[in-house]
Amino acid sequence: MTMAPITIYVPRDSAALALGADEVAQALVAEATRRKVNIELVRNGSRGLFWLEPLVEVATAQGRVAYGPVQPEDVASLFEAGFHTGGPHPLGLGRTEDIDFLRRQERLTFARMGITDPLSLADYQAHEGYAGLRQALALQPTEVVQQVLDSGLRGRGGAAFPAGIKWKTVAAAQAAQKYVVCNADEGDSGTYSDRMTMEGDPYMLIEGMTIAGISTGATRGYIYVRSEYPHAIATLNEAITRATAAGFLGDDVLGSGKAFHLEVRKGAGSYVCGEETAMLESIEGKRGVVRAKPPIPALKGLFGQPTVINNVITFASVPIILARGAAFYANYGVGRSKGTLPIQLAGNIKHAGLVEKAFGVTLRELLVDYGGGTASGRPIKAVQVGGPLGAYVPEAQWDLPMDYEAWAAVGATVGHGGIVVHDDTADLSKLARYAMEFCALESCGKCTPCRIGSTRGVEVIDRITKGDAQNKPQQVKLLRDLCDTMVNGSLCAMGGMTPFPVLSALNHYPQDFGLSNPERKAA
Amino acid sequence: MTTSTADKARHTVQQVLEAQRQQPGALLPILHAIQDALGYVPADAVPDIAEALNLSRAEVHGVISYYHHFRTTPARGPVVQVCRAEACQACGSDALWEHASRAAGPGVTLEPVYCLGLCATAPSMSINDKPYARVNPGKFDRLLAQLKEAA
Repeated sequence: MTMAPITIYVPRDSAALALGADEVAQALVAEATRRKVNIELVRNGSRGLFWLEPLVEVATAQGRVAYGPVQPEDVASLFEAGFHTGGPHPLGLGRTEDIDFLRRQERLTFARMGITDPLSLADYQAHEGYAGLRQALALQPTEVVQQVLDSGLRGRGGAAFPAGIKWKTVAAAQAAQKYVVCNADEGDSGTYSDRMTMEGDPYMLIEGMTIAGISTGATRGYIYVRSEYPHAIATLNEAITRATAAGFLGDDVLGSGKAFHLEVRKGAGSYVCGEETAMLESIEGKRGVVRAKPPIPALKGLFGQPTVINNVITFASVPIILARGAAFYANYGVGRSKGTLPIQLAGNIKHAGLVEKAFGVTLRELLVDYGGGTASGRPIKAVQVGGPLGAYVPEAQWDLPMDYEAWAAVGATVGHGGIVVHDDTADLSKLARYAMEFCALESCGKCTPCRIGSTRGVEVIDRITKGDAQNKPQQVKLLRDLCDTMVNGSLCAMGGMTPFPVLSALNHYPQDFGLSNPERKAA
Repeated sequence: MTTSTADKARHTVQQVLEAQRQQPGALLPILHAIQDALGYVPADAVPDIAEALNLSRAEVHGVISYYHHFRTTPARGPVVQVCRAEACQACGSDALWEHASRAAGPGVTLEPVYCLGLCATAPSMSINDKPYARVNPGKFDRLLAQLKEAA
């Protein structure tokens, strides 16, 4: 008697691999062979519930059932408990989609994440994949751009510029060659949604970029991926090969007569290459030094030609906008912040993971309801939102709905949606010093406020924390002056935003700098 | 470097240049290909790269020295990168880094890295590009012992 194989899922996401997913997969295959159980192993992306990785799932008549975190030594007892038919086990979590953390999310961009085999084109299309591109090919290019405009989609990399306006500018520009460039230089600590997308649902990014290409008249695309992401690079390269072979990329995309070619370019460990013009320099084979704007890249970008530049999540949000319509997407969110944001909970947090929610969710909901407080069990002291250039947000602001404008009004940045949690053992003067140190290390050197200011910043912070008390008010004033120069005088966000974490640390945690509150006011 | 290994390295560089020089913005892909093949970008390769791409040697050197990823001397043993960025700091990476600096020894190339994208499972590190998460000093020592055993 032959029975249909039991489908078992073990993620191939880097974070799952880093916790032993490959070893678990090997142990599962070996144990199944030993017990003569017929299994089909699928290496899916991660669901983004990282405290449960490696998260093993089994397809049952009741839906997919999850077990985690699984280690190789758990495998024998899982089979013993009949996990392959959904049997109960201490690591059992019930149906995956019923897990509270997942059930309460609004996953639009991450709808397929962890469900499909990332490299299977059949699986991708069975889950609404390429519906957006097919719809785009049925429309006029201007109608496609209008859809993106109407959706309200804004750049998810951090700058939050309306994507449709960029696309419209490039579409209107006249040039023999235009480009689409994806900024996948996700260098911000606390962010990993780009990495998850490239490793866990690469065709979604490819589809979004293809839609950008055909609607703006760009026939060539590059994905600039940081060298620290070897798995993402390998997955993307394989996905591009398969998509090209199947006619989704190439000289004649899906028989439309339109060409779109895509290539991965590997970065080389420079943080500032996440700034769009430095990234263009890097793709052109130069030092990743920031360009002065104007000219804007939409008119004079890669190799001097009109170029659409967006972040991974921005492009990845486009397929569903085309497939379901701009109004569907714009219906999520608040104010001018439309749609959803894949938010990344990171650092010292109990339930670290990916939460995709419509704009309007509050930090408190994310930290407490989803995150469950710190991993260490100690009180949360500081929360940095928006990467190394984002402010430390004090508890008084945790109830503010996530909205680009509302947050900007209090000096906070949504950025790329990364949230790093620190418990009460954190020293904010040390973190402020680190922000300046990192800027000094990664500055491209083109403008003085960033190149020199960051080094002087480290020195001034040292004088505040280690110097004599008499001198402190003067040094605090000096630090504020320096930050003012960096904010207003830097060419890009590297120098221009490094003061955000520094000043927010100083303003909200003066005691960590050895300052009492009155002193801070005097300064 | 002995003459024969120098010749072999030069041959590799020539093969890479032949295969990649025609693409737009060829310098970074060329440097990556050379480093992937040889483990580093030898100083001897700079004049050949410059000539193939019609650049000055200073321009090529400037690019190699700008990017943290490129090395101009071979790594000693396995490359161990420990993340030192904020999310890992929040989970004790400063202590891990101090421990790693003492424990690594001369047979290992220990480097700081600023984010591996494993911020939900911090502190993280990689050994020859293989990722490891929730690394504490004890786990670091076990991984290092495994490396030494394998070598």
